[in-house]
Amino acid sequence: MDRPMDLHYSDAQEAFRAEARAWLAGHAPAPRSLPSLDTADGFEAHRAWEAEMYADRWSVVSWPEAFGGRGVGIIEWLVFEEEYWRAQAPLRVSQNGVFLLAPTMFEFGTDAQKARFLPPMASAAEIWCQGWSEPDAGSDLAGIRSRARRSDAEGGWVLSGQKTWASRGAFAEWCFGLFRTDPEAERHRGLTYFLIDMATPGVTVRPIPQIDGETGFAELFFEDVFVADDLVLGQVGHGWNVAMATAGSERGLSLRSPARYSRAADRLVDLYADRLAVDPARAARSADAVARAWMDAEAYRLNTLWTATRVLDGGSVGPEASANKIHWSETDLAIHRAALDLLGPEAELHGDGVDAPWLDGYLFALAGPIYAGTNEIQRNVVAERMLGLPRG
Amino acid sequence: MHFAFSDQQLEFRDAVRQVLAKECTTDDLRAAVDAPSARTPRWATLAELGVVGLTVPEAHGGFGLGLVDLVALVEEAGRVALPEPLVETTGLAAPLLAELAADGSDGEADPRVTGWLGGIAKGGVAAAVGDAGRPTAPIAGADGADLLLLVTDVSGRLELHGLDAGACPVTPVASLDPTRRLGAPAWEPSPATLLAYGPRVDAMVDRTADRAAVVVGAELLGLADAMITMTASYARDRQQFGKPIGSFQAVKHLVAGAQVLLEFARPVVYGAAWALDERAPDATRAASVAKAYASEAALEAARVALQVHGAIGYTWECDLHLFLKRSWALAESWGSAGDHRARLLSSLLDGR
Repeated sequence: MDRPMDLHYSDAQEAFRAEARAWLAGHAPAPRSLPSLDTADGFEAHRAWEAEMYADRWSVVSWPEAFGGRGVGIIEWLVFEEEYWRAQAPLRVSQNGVFLLAPTMFEFGTDAQKARFLPPMASAAEIWCQGWSEPDAGSDLAGIRSRARRSDAEGGWVLSGQKTWASRGAFAEWCFGLFRTDPEAERHRGLTYFLIDMATPGVTVRPIPQIDGETGFAELFFEDVFVADDLVLGQVGHGWNVAMATAGSERGLSLRSPARYSRAADRLVDLYADRLAVDPARAARSADAVARAWMDAEAYRLNTLWTATRVLDGGSVGPEASANKIHWSETDLAIHRAALDLLGPEAELHGDGVDAPWLDGYLFALAGPIYAGTNEIQRNVVAERMLGLPRG
Repeated sequence: MHFAFSDQQLEFRDAVRQVLAKECTTDDLRAAVDAPSARTPRWATLAELGVVGLTVPEAHGGFGLGLVDLVALVEEAGRVALPEPLVETTGLAAPLLAELAADGSDGEADPRVTGWLGGIAKGGVAAAVGDAGRPTAPIAGADGADLLLLVTDVSGRLELHGLDAGACPVTPVASLDPTRRLGAPAWEPSPATLLAYGPRVDAMVDRTADRAAVVVGAELLGLADAMITMTASYARDRQQFGKPIGSFQAVKHLVAGAQVLLEFARPVVYGAAWALDERAPDATRAASVAKAYASEAALEAARVALQVHGAIGYTWECDLHLFLKRSWALAESWGSAGDHRARLLSSLLDGR
């Protein structure tokens, strides 16, 4: 059937929204009431919140019911996210698993892997970190050197090497990592995607304090770490393809829902209105930046609905995911930079007893153009794969 | 929720794209720059296809379609920098006249209005519409237009007037892009030219400004796409230091940056067209986001295109300037990006 353009949510979608809103109103912790999820206490507090969501099937609404979800579509997921951010509910400590690994596992995982890993991922009983980057392989991910040696006798692989910048790595129970299983193969070949229990002998974690002083990421050392065959995700030697599916989720539709930015942009306008009353001349100098940031968030919302519709109609997300990542990361920065300019001399206030959501948000946003592939790498992808420019 | 064009809309768009690729080459554009005219054989072709009468109600010989249908086609017009006044006639005049025609609930529709609508549908009337927000600015398409729709403020009351060609002298005003056919009409409002007045005109004027923001935005999308495509092609071919300049990251990142802006401007313009068709409560905000985003995208595409082409892009011989000049003109017409950001912010503050 030839469907006309329609940006209304359906009655069923609105009913779903109402149900989510009501549940969140009754359950979500007060805004910013949990300690940072990059501290030990905060990590556990966030885990408990996700368990509460899982108990009522709100932690992974778009997953099949068999794995703890509600089996709803991508539009409903976006609606849920709107309500989640509207309620100012906590950041998701499970995001690496739920938003990055899970879509990859649905595509490449065996039935046994899905049954074993998805429910505890959804309940946050097991939190995942990402073991991709290495000290000498960041933007050049295909240059990784950490190795997996075959052990036929034990029926698995023996991992050795070093990974770094593993978000949630300080506290996570599991890691999804990329290792070289065929040292002879050309760079992108010979890689394999492993699921690694962080409690396995030979794994050492060294937390790395971030720019805000919290241990949001970690270095991971692997010394003869045994991983059984059934913990390989996808085929041996095809890790690059599997990893690119994860990267697509990281840059594309699933990691950063538009509601995150729409909500922040609305708060920015609130802040602008407040400052306009206090110091109109200073506020007026930020007017254009405020409007620009709000528009960036709105453009992201519309682009997401446009892309989601294409996916629902059977299309796919290719290099557009790179354009998407550039946009959301720069939008996040624009919103928070505008807020700090509005705050002026108050912007730097931080520390015990000071609630500094804009400064915290700015510090978080600063990482956006770096993680998930730097924006420079994304621009290469856009130029080469969307516009056909030659590789350098 | 289904945010996409229908298959039918896409088929029509593709057909129009094919026709324009043949009938609006850069040689044709250069001919139009030398001797601009509203009523060309190409305009007649577009009328036969139903493009010119797209937004004219069916009762008056058109297709009665909305802005969602139109923006897909205007984007194609922008891709070839179509010199004829499709935006002014089909994007602005026809929907405004359609509102007037539908408004005559207390009697027969004004025969002047129905006459113009029928004329537009047949391709016999090219129109120009004044921007009520800039009453003294020259009007795009006014030079050579068959119909002028003008708004004037008579002691605090807005009046909408319609003038046939010849009803008043129009002084041509030079533009960097001669196909804009700017004109300054010397006219006095009279009872003979009055079409409507009062609050309903206020509303019509507001909706016209919103439509202009969105439809001009759609033309800017096409222009941006054309400039990026031209530039990517040049960057693949042009060799320096023994390789294509498009293999250098400094060049790649310029072009990619423009492409990202365009990618995000598209849904913004399409969504605003839908909001206006639906008369959604946030349609005016959506129109402002659309014009701001499309203007920024086209200006950045223009900047990057010229920079990557280098000196050749600065010549009259290279076709690029035909697209640059239209982009620069349209980016400032019916509100610049900055104007629309200011308008949006006021609206957001009012809503608090």
